[in-house]
Amino acid sequence: MHELSIVASLFEILEAKARENQATKIVGVRLRVGKLAGVVPEFLQTAFDSYKQDTIAAEARLEIEEVPLKMRCRKCAAEIEKEDFVLVCPSCGSTDLELLEGMELLLDKIDLEV
Amino acid sequence: MSKKELIVREEILGSNKKVAAEIREKLEAAGVLVVNLLSSPGSGKTTLLERIVETLHPTHPLAVIEGDIETERDADRIRRKGVPAWQITTGGACHLEAKMVGKLLPEIPAETKFLFIENVGNLVCPAGYDLGENIRCVLLSAPEGDDKPKKYPKAFASADCLIFTKSDLIPYLPFDLEKAGNEALDLNPRLRIFVTSALKGRGIAELARYFIESRVNMIQHQRHA
Repeated sequence: MHELSIVASLFEILEAKARENQATKIVGVRLRVGKLAGVVPEFLQTAFDSYKQDTIAAEARLEIEEVPLKMRCRKCAAEIEKEDFVLVCPSCGSTDLELLEGMELLLDKIDLEV
Repeated sequence: MSKKELIVREEILGSNKKVAAEIREKLEAAGVLVVNLLSSPGSGKTTLLERIVETLHPTHPLAVIEGDIETERDADRIRRKGVPAWQITTGGACHLEAKMVGKLLPEIPAETKFLFIENVGNLVCPAGYDLGENIRCVLLSAPEGDDKPKKYPKAFASADCLIFTKSDLIPYLPFDLEKAGNEALDLNPRLRIFVTSALKGRGIAELARYFIESRVNMIQHQRHA
């Protein structure tokens, strides 16, 4: 349940970006949240909606794009998308996998009014 | 008034990662190996640390940071062993963040070779926060059950080492050590695994040796860099 402190960090960035761009309002925020980011999107949404009150993003809509776990096998070069967290290549059985996506917790895009 | 779409692509916890990287760089240069201990409450982090402290201290000077929601109890337990310890009470927050650790750096004695950070008892949130550690250990005690690795994948996937604790209880519990170990290795094939019992002293010497060797490797790696 650390979604609120993640939202607090998010607002530090949002407020800085709004200032840099002399925005009057933030109307939209899009995040990319990996399956293995350890974050519950619904909780993030709730935390965002309560945190945004009386900020420059008071009317902002939060969009969360969930990113599945994506890996590349270092042995057979297969690209794998997984629902479970078993880090074994289904093609060749190797455990030498490179994690490409699915850990991220990114602020992707902000819609501003300037 | 006009609309503007701003592509950012910034890590939300980027500022934590930046502070963590600074801590790691600073302490590595000072020859301090940092170990972050993660687990659910009551899995035996503090008791294991007491045994580690008894093994390393005073030959290998160490210091301990204790994270808890409330009370100085854990730091007091470590101080009783004659080792410097600081308590961070988060007042409700479920994890430690790098800046909390960063504030304590000036207080760490110059001769320190190991800094152990005991995170707030929680198998979810602490996994998302780098504290500047060189080694992340996740603990799993026998009474918690052997099904935990896949239920809490991030903690196990992001760790360097898995420490089974309270192994003296395994004969009395439906806990399959091999199953739990294999589940964790599925998530993270590079995990080092230790089986310990703080009560019986099992596995403590092996774990202490792992920390000592990791520090030697860290220093050698620096020389080559």
